[in-house]
Amino acid sequence: MNEAELRELVPAVIGVLVRRGADFASAEDAVQEALIRALDTWPHDPPREPRAWLVATGWRKFLDAARSEASRRGRELTVEVEPAPGPAPSADDTLRLYFLCAHPVLPATSAVALTLRAVGGLTTRQIAAAHLVPEATMAQRISRAKRGIAGRALDRPGDLGTVLRVLYLVFNEGYGGDLDLAAEAIRLTRQLDALTDEPEVAGLLALMLLHHARRDSRTDAEGRLVPLADQDRTLWDTGLIAEGVAILQTALARDRLGEYQAQAAIAALHADAGTAAATDWTQIVEWYDELLLITDSPVVRLNRAVAVGEADGPHAGLAALAGLSPDLPRRAAAAAYLHERAGDLDRAADLYAQAARAAASVPERDHLTREAARVRHLPRP
Amino acid sequence: MKYLILKHYRGGPPPAVEYGPMDGWTPEEVDAHLRYMRAFLDRLRERGEFVDTRALAPEGAFVRFDGEGRPPVTDGPFAETKDLVAGWCVVDVPSWDRAVELAGELSAAPGPGGEPLREWLEVRPLLGETPAAPR
Repeated sequence: MNEAELRELVPAVIGVLVRRGADFASAEDAVQEALIRALDTWPHDPPREPRAWLVATGWRKFLDAARSEASRRGRELTVEVEPAPGPAPSADDTLRLYFLCAHPVLPATSAVALTLRAVGGLTTRQIAAAHLVPEATMAQRISRAKRGIAGRALDRPGDLGTVLRVLYLVFNEGYGGDLDLAAEAIRLTRQLDALTDEPEVAGLLALMLLHHARRDSRTDAEGRLVPLADQDRTLWDTGLIAEGVAILQTALARDRLGEYQAQAAIAALHADAGTAAATDWTQIVEWYDELLLITDSPVVRLNRAVAVGEADGPHAGLAALAGLSPDLPRRAAAAAYLHERAGDLDRAADLYAQAARAAASVPERDHLTREAARVRHLPRP
Repeated sequence: MKYLILKHYRGGPPPAVEYGPMDGWTPEEVDAHLRYMRAFLDRLRERGEFVDTRALAPEGAFVRFDGEGRPPVTDGPFAETKDLVAGWCVVDVPSWDRAVELAGELSAAPGPGGEPLREWLEVRPLLGETPAAPR
């Protein structure tokens, strides 16, 4: 059994402990300890029944913790030491864990950490490394998150929209440490899609697969960002694209459009174009119009303006940008691109330099600085 | 011993070489500069001297307490004349001399025309968290 298969067992095992009478926070801690022990001992001493091993070890860890807590408080231990076998874990337990860990009362960073640990079966150390924070910080964040949802039962449906936002956040965190968070987000969304019957879950899964298919082409050998139009499309993963498109088509056929399906449709149109020039920008603009009806946000308007610039020319794109706040992230970069295409090179170079100063990451800053340098040195007519 | 190598957007002694902002360089000069920086960090990692590096956005503010029940006072954006930190690199090396040598290497990063920038970098020893040796 590899580490991924081991991690898949974690939410069901937490569910079993909760059904046996453990509270969620203690059950989650106990299973984390069992998981760390499994990662340590299974490579040289694999169990015959991995899940039974995790349940037994987790339950023992839970009892140890409950006993020491009881003796600390001078109370009798009230939890049954030898539990009845109890009902088999159901898929519902895992689904409810998604809802609980992404509970709307939790700040997004806490929901992400808790989801990765309790649903994803990652260790605190792995989650900390992926977020570039000390392990003790992440441990504190997770235990505070659990206190934040203390007393909320693991037996009722929650807010699916919050769960999807948390999973999309994990996906966009990308790579950190040795862990591929994008792949982890895809795994968790795939599992959620199997547990639910919501086209938006399928839409998010399709969106992730279609973005992930392009990951190898997004940076060059020197680590520089490569914009979509310049990407080597032979590097795109056609298997992931085919899967994403098939999942999206099934979802769209159910006629319950949502923001993730609309975004996935846009990603599918990009994936479908053999060359950047072959992109069906008119249809992409139509999908952005759909998206605006579902969720009108400045970010959607910004992306739509870029698409309008491709479909109807840079002046139309600049007109579509006009009403957006100058402080909107990436607005200056979009305006720079459109001004360059409109032939206003000095303006474009200034805007690229301005965008570089406001960039949120080193790769973006370096890319935009280089774009400014490139446009400044283009021959003037 | 750990040392902080600080890079400034502005401030420090008068520049040894006057060069304009990076977006005025040619794209090839930008690439060469970034490649040099990356190679420098790779060498630090290979030699076991690397601890951490981060770049800072040019904007931000000074902030201070302004009394109970009142929001903190902010002073910003930064004045054009003020010293402004651009980023840092922390190295773990046996001596001050080695830290200075590394900062010199970093300061040789190429700029316009492929010439070393000779940028002033600030090197500061990090104080330890434990007494150096039992007495």
